[in-house]
Amino acid sequence: MKATKVLVGRPGTTVANKTGSWRTFYPVLDNEKCKSCGLCALYCPEGCIIVEEQPGQKKKKYTPDLDFCKGCSLCAAICPAKAIEMKEEEK
Amino acid sequence: MQKFIEGSRAVAEFVGMCRPDVISAYPITPQTHIVEELAQIVADGELKSQFINVESEFAAASVVLGASATGARTYTATSSQGLLLMAEVLYNIAGMRLPIVLTCANRAVSAPISIWNDHQDSISVRDSGWIQLYAEDNQDAADMHIQAYKIAEDNDILLPVMVCMDGFILTHSFEPVDVPSPDEVDAFLPKFNPEIYLTAKNPLSLGLMAPPDSYMETRFALFKTLEESKEKIVKTAREFKKTFGRSSGELVEHYKIDGADTVLVCMGSIAGTVKVVVDELRQGGKKVGLLKIRCHRPFPEEEIKKALSKAKNIAIVEKAVSMGLGGVLATEIKAVLPDTNARAGVSNFIIGLGGRDITKKDIVNIVDKTVSGPVENEFVNINLSLLDE
Amino acid sequence: MVTAANLLAFAAFADGKFAQAFPTFGSERMGAPVASFVRIDKEKIRLRSQIYEPDIVIVQDSTLFGAIDPLNGLKKGGLIIVNTKKEPEELGIDRKFSVRTIPATSIAMEIFKRPIPNTVILGAFAGITGEISMGAVKEAIQKRFEARIAKLNIEAAERAYKMVKG
Repeated sequence: MKATKVLVGRPGTTVANKTGSWRTFYPVLDNEKCKSCGLCALYCPEGCIIVEEQPGQKKKKYTPDLDFCKGCSLCAAICPAKAIEMKEEEK
Repeated sequence: MQKFIEGSRAVAEFVGMCRPDVISAYPITPQTHIVEELAQIVADGELKSQFINVESEFAAASVVLGASATGARTYTATSSQGLLLMAEVLYNIAGMRLPIVLTCANRAVSAPISIWNDHQDSISVRDSGWIQLYAEDNQDAADMHIQAYKIAEDNDILLPVMVCMDGFILTHSFEPVDVPSPDEVDAFLPKFNPEIYLTAKNPLSLGLMAPPDSYMETRFALFKTLEESKEKIVKTAREFKKTFGRSSGELVEHYKIDGADTVLVCMGSIAGTVKVVVDELRQGGKKVGLLKIRCHRPFPEEEIKKALSKAKNIAIVEKAVSMGLGGVLATEIKAVLPDTNARAGVSNFIIGLGGRDITKKDIVNIVDKTVSGPVENEFVNINLSLLDE
Repeated sequence: MVTAANLLAFAAFADGKFAQAFPTFGSERMGAPVASFVRIDKEKIRLRSQIYEPDIVIVQDSTLFGAIDPLNGLKKGGLIIVNTKKEPEELGIDRKFSVRTIPATSIAMEIFKRPIPNTVILGAFAGITGEISMGAVKEAIQKRFEARIAKLNIEAAERAYKMVKG
């Protein structure tokens, strides 16, 4: 008799297990104000700010992934353009 | 004075009042709060003691071994893998007859990793020669430490004592604890005054090699002293009751055993839940009682035989397994019960491994199963869907 | 949450009752979802199991309603105290329960500038249930925090107490 399901881990569980359900505040990023410096993505301890190229633009697009964001506010604190506002979560 | 504190804090305060000269420990969940609190008490200057930080449990046990050999009163605490890492030193401590007191904040053993409670850790070192006491609640756990030093340091005994308290369930619970004054503890617990100890003034060697013509005698003496220590454990529990006005039992504790057809047997914090169920079942007219094993080593054979002599059904409920055999306490109790008739009604259950919660309903089910027929090594609430097909 | 449960139980103890508080024992990160249990009784408490049928549930973070069901096992007619800016009716909770709300995080942000609603909820609990007195709440807070922090926490508890008393 074995308990393989308990004893053996499979890769990718941290992607499947969404951990963003219990924050108090969430970041809202204003793309107009954003200077595309990338500091928010660098500082985010969860690595959950998605960075995308925008066709025909030099500016990249930064989007906090709320499935994993814990609401720590570091991105808002570090943003030199003050483009990130923390809003209280209300579900 | 009644205080509302965490179990770990209670143990730290009581140990502090026993004034250990040397404390050494390595942090491991769920023991951590105990030694953090003690470190704080020492750092605050409330306790004059050497708190020695080390790099492992093996080192912690070795430090208290060495310190104890110099005649110092010593303390350490650990859990789970930490206790197993200490194992080699634990045997040395008992073999050298050093009266060290250790708190085992009981936790399951890996693998798989579990930080939660069961008794597999302390049960695994039950044959090391240590006295092992199991606490029911935080008052009990704290009180046991004062008694432990008194038992351990008796010059006729000189044995280490392990106080086992359920990790998280007790260590992290807040409840009222009656905390004595340091003077009261001083009056109860005499200073450690060993006849043999290491000092430069009178050089000795301890922990020698014993060849085949003398090793066995040391083991015989250890075995005999463990047996003799029962009297000291009982005497100390009685003195404690007289001085402080409370008791959690001696080697065992009887709870409504008189007139009980069915008696449950267990150790540690589960006894609290069992007592509640016994009360409720008694109110419903069922004749149920509890035998709590307070001291597991030395094993209270006579007290168990006496307590169970009139029971028709016995349910041994425990949080450890001897792999390849079955419940540890069950095996031991079956071995001491007088004849096959008495053993016919013995059921045994493995419960709460790795911190699985133990409910009143679980205990009621155990009573029902025991009454309707002997059950052997039943693992309570196994989820078959987690097993391979 | 763990702090709130311990303070609540301490307050009951300070009122001369027996109390027991314990967390569900997981990895304890500040802010992570966790359940804590409190028993209050006139008699000594021996039971060690978790609580499956509570009389009262405190939901410290209303966003958890999506992740778990905090009302599971709550007795009929049981009380739910929710930390939210919403009114009880807006939460859509079954009418067989009694629901009270308190904007504890908002009050905590005003007083502490941080989202730590423990003592706000404690004050609200005292006001709504009467199970613990405000005197005991203050004693619990003074025991737990150093003077400066305690003062702010007492202010937080009193504000919530007055708010729920209307």
